[in-house]
Amino acid sequence: MKYIDEFRDPAKAKKLVEEIHKLASGMFPSTPLRERTSPVAERSRSQRSRREHTRSQPLQIMEFCGGHTHTLFKYGIESMLPDTIEMVHGPGCPVCVLPMARVDDCVAIAEQPGVIFTTFGDAMRVPGTRKSLLQAKADGCDVRMVYSPMDALAIARKNPDREVVFFALGFETTMPSTALTLLQAHREGLKNFSLFCNHITTPATMRAILTDPDLRLDGFLAPGHVSMVIGAQPYDFVTRDYHKPLVITGFEPLDILQALWMLVKQIAEGRCEVENQYARIVPQAGNTAGLNAIHEVYETREHSEFRGLGNIGDAGIQIREAYAAYDAEKKFGIPFDAAPFDSAQGAGSLKCAEVLRGVMKPWDCPAFGKECNPQMPLGALMVSPEGSCAAYYAYGKLAKRS
Amino acid sequence: MCLGIPGQITEIIDADNLLAKVDVGGVRREVNIACIVDDEHPAASCVGDWVLVHVGFAMSRLDEEEAARTLALLAELGDMQAELDMMRRMEGQA
Amino acid sequence: MNLSGTITLAHGSGGRAMHQLVDNLIRQTFTNPLLEEGEDQARIPLAGLVAQGDRLAFTTDSYVVTPLEFPGGNIGTLAINGTVNDLAVGGATPLYLSCGFIIEEGLSLETFARILQAMKLAADEAGVQIVTGDTKVVQRGGADKLFINTAGVGVIPAGFNPSAGRAQPGDVVIVNGWLGDHGAAILNARGDLALDADIETDCAPLNRLVDAMFAACPDIHCLRDATRGGLATVLNEFAERSGVDFMLKEEHLPIRTPVRGMCEILGLDPLYLANEGKLVAVVPLTAAQAVLTAMKRIPAGRDACIIGEVVEGDGHVVLQTAFGGERIVDMLPGEQLPRIC
Repeated sequence: MKYIDEFRDPAKAKKLVEEIHKLASGMFPSTPLRERTSPVAERSRSQRSRREHTRSQPLQIMEFCGGHTHTLFKYGIESMLPDTIEMVHGPGCPVCVLPMARVDDCVAIAEQPGVIFTTFGDAMRVPGTRKSLLQAKADGCDVRMVYSPMDALAIARKNPDREVVFFALGFETTMPSTALTLLQAHREGLKNFSLFCNHITTPATMRAILTDPDLRLDGFLAPGHVSMVIGAQPYDFVTRDYHKPLVITGFEPLDILQALWMLVKQIAEGRCEVENQYARIVPQAGNTAGLNAIHEVYETREHSEFRGLGNIGDAGIQIREAYAAYDAEKKFGIPFDAAPFDSAQGAGSLKCAEVLRGVMKPWDCPAFGKECNPQMPLGALMVSPEGSCAAYYAYGKLAKRS
Repeated sequence: MCLGIPGQITEIIDADNLLAKVDVGGVRREVNIACIVDDEHPAASCVGDWVLVHVGFAMSRLDEEEAARTLALLAELGDMQAELDMMRRMEGQA
Repeated sequence: MNLSGTITLAHGSGGRAMHQLVDNLIRQTFTNPLLEEGEDQARIPLAGLVAQGDRLAFTTDSYVVTPLEFPGGNIGTLAINGTVNDLAVGGATPLYLSCGFIIEEGLSLETFARILQAMKLAADEAGVQIVTGDTKVVQRGGADKLFINTAGVGVIPAGFNPSAGRAQPGDVVIVNGWLGDHGAAILNARGDLALDADIETDCAPLNRLVDAMFAACPDIHCLRDATRGGLATVLNEFAERSGVDFMLKEEHLPIRTPVRGMCEILGLDPLYLANEGKLVAVVPLTAAQAVLTAMKRIPAGRDACIIGEVVEGDGHVVLQTAFGGERIVDMLPGEQLPRIC
């Protein structure tokens, strides 16, 4: 498949990996150049290491986006890296930062008579305090998975006597699609379509991570698909105010390796810049039509609570008053100040917040692999295939082999 | 929230509502092209373009030159590597 | 029989309408001497069975699928081939099938007749007879259009004993062709994701293929058809039961481009997509080439290939990615859902 297979070429990968090893060994002269041993060794090492900021400690690089985490695991990329580079899996997974209370709201809307609740498949298994959407469907609610918000709109056209709600979630990548769908509904004068808006913005979330005193990071791989909408400029504060180098990165395995190479090169050369590895998709200024649609429909929420991140004032997004008729919160009277995650029932022993911010490894959570596992996930990081707990659960099994 | 995949626009279904058909490895799907249409790129001109598809929307036009440049750079990296290795080996022999 | 109209509760009431449906449509389509005896049970002579082997294989499976008809087949072809294959991968020669229908009132007679016809064709192709059956009609909402249960018996020849627990380090893993076609075809045919691709189900009987494999190597260690849960699930069962690891080579996995395309768009993994005409065999290395050659002579084995090997371990399936890394291919906690993250 064109523009996919070329970016999965193992020969080019090998060269990039060699270059990364070379750069890393130059920065860590005492560390022999060798393959990462095993996650078990990694675990004991990370337990040993406190947070002295010296070059004797591995570089901590956060891939912010869950899509990148997925690529790392799918292609086994971490096993190719020198053990002087440690990937910290970031919170860029919208179902992972969704508070349980929001899932409860979804279920409450789906339970209203006459409602067809539409959602991306990702949200189906996420646990609420009462139940997940999958359970709500089993209990008789009309919950439907769609591929596109436009498909939800088509369902609304076909069912004029039903209320069709689309669960709008995701970072900026997805915002234009939901905004444009709402505007299309408005043009057609559809009265039975609304969005339950739970979008979240990337730079604000990144800022929350950067202000965390517990977290030591050496650089970021930034989500390329967010930048194809917002461009490169919104990340300037990361280099300017926090002095962390950042590379906007694509999602194929070669993209990630090339971006890592670029990032480590920046660190080795003492540079700190916003670089764009994903120039084939990401224009410097982003996407004008998409940004216009976002600004037309959405505005910043004053207060929004995210799982593991707490209140990030400017990260939450809501529908502007002008489009209130398409706002499920208003239509169904859902208050947006529900209990934050940590007070949610049954979540006491979970350390999702710490894992999400990258200050704790999944296996250090007392519930990991025990009461919280992929079959019976308690925390969302175990639900989503790109949640770092689910990924580590599978990866940890690999460790047992060696 | 980032699953996006390159596809090629094969036809315009509805120029007024900015709907086109895109092909991803032989799988066809209707997509909205509002994000890639502007004065420079009217809907009709989009056929044949490679785009990044996300949740039923063509979100960005793939810059084929940039893609080629990235791949060329990576290929060059390999060649440079081979040359360096060769030089090192020759130095070792000398 | 006049095929206009739909099936109603009367067709399941035990009265004249039901007799018409059973005698004039079902029995006439499936016709064979054992069925024509018209008793409440099929009476199968033992002598013919005993001559073919030393064990009776007996299996059952129920078939529910939306939509009922899809490119390359329908629920009827699944119901025959699925049960034929469950017998075949145990080494049995499939012989006789039962067939139970649960019909939701309102199903069009024409559709039902088409499905019966497909079942007859599939049975003939596999060389089995449908010798007994049952039909029930339930109220609207009591079932989803049509459910079919088939049970089957076959005879296992002496000496053939594949089992999920017999994989040994050094063995190789063989599949008989393209993976994930059925799962992708159903996703495509269901239409709720509004995708459009030319993908047909791979639904096919595997008994002749297994015969050829057995002739080439009587000591096939493991043999299963990779239906629900796909290749990954079958291999996890083998790995767990045998206490070994499986190493798969990603570049050797046969996956068609449109199936890949669909998986890329929806964020699915083709290793978990269902198949309806694919088997996974674990054979000793020394027999691998002979088995492969024998398979390629049979239409259902034309695209057979080696996809990996068995190594020492404790029950994992590991994929060596074409990219150079490794990852665990675990069993899924539930159904694979399309995702956008």
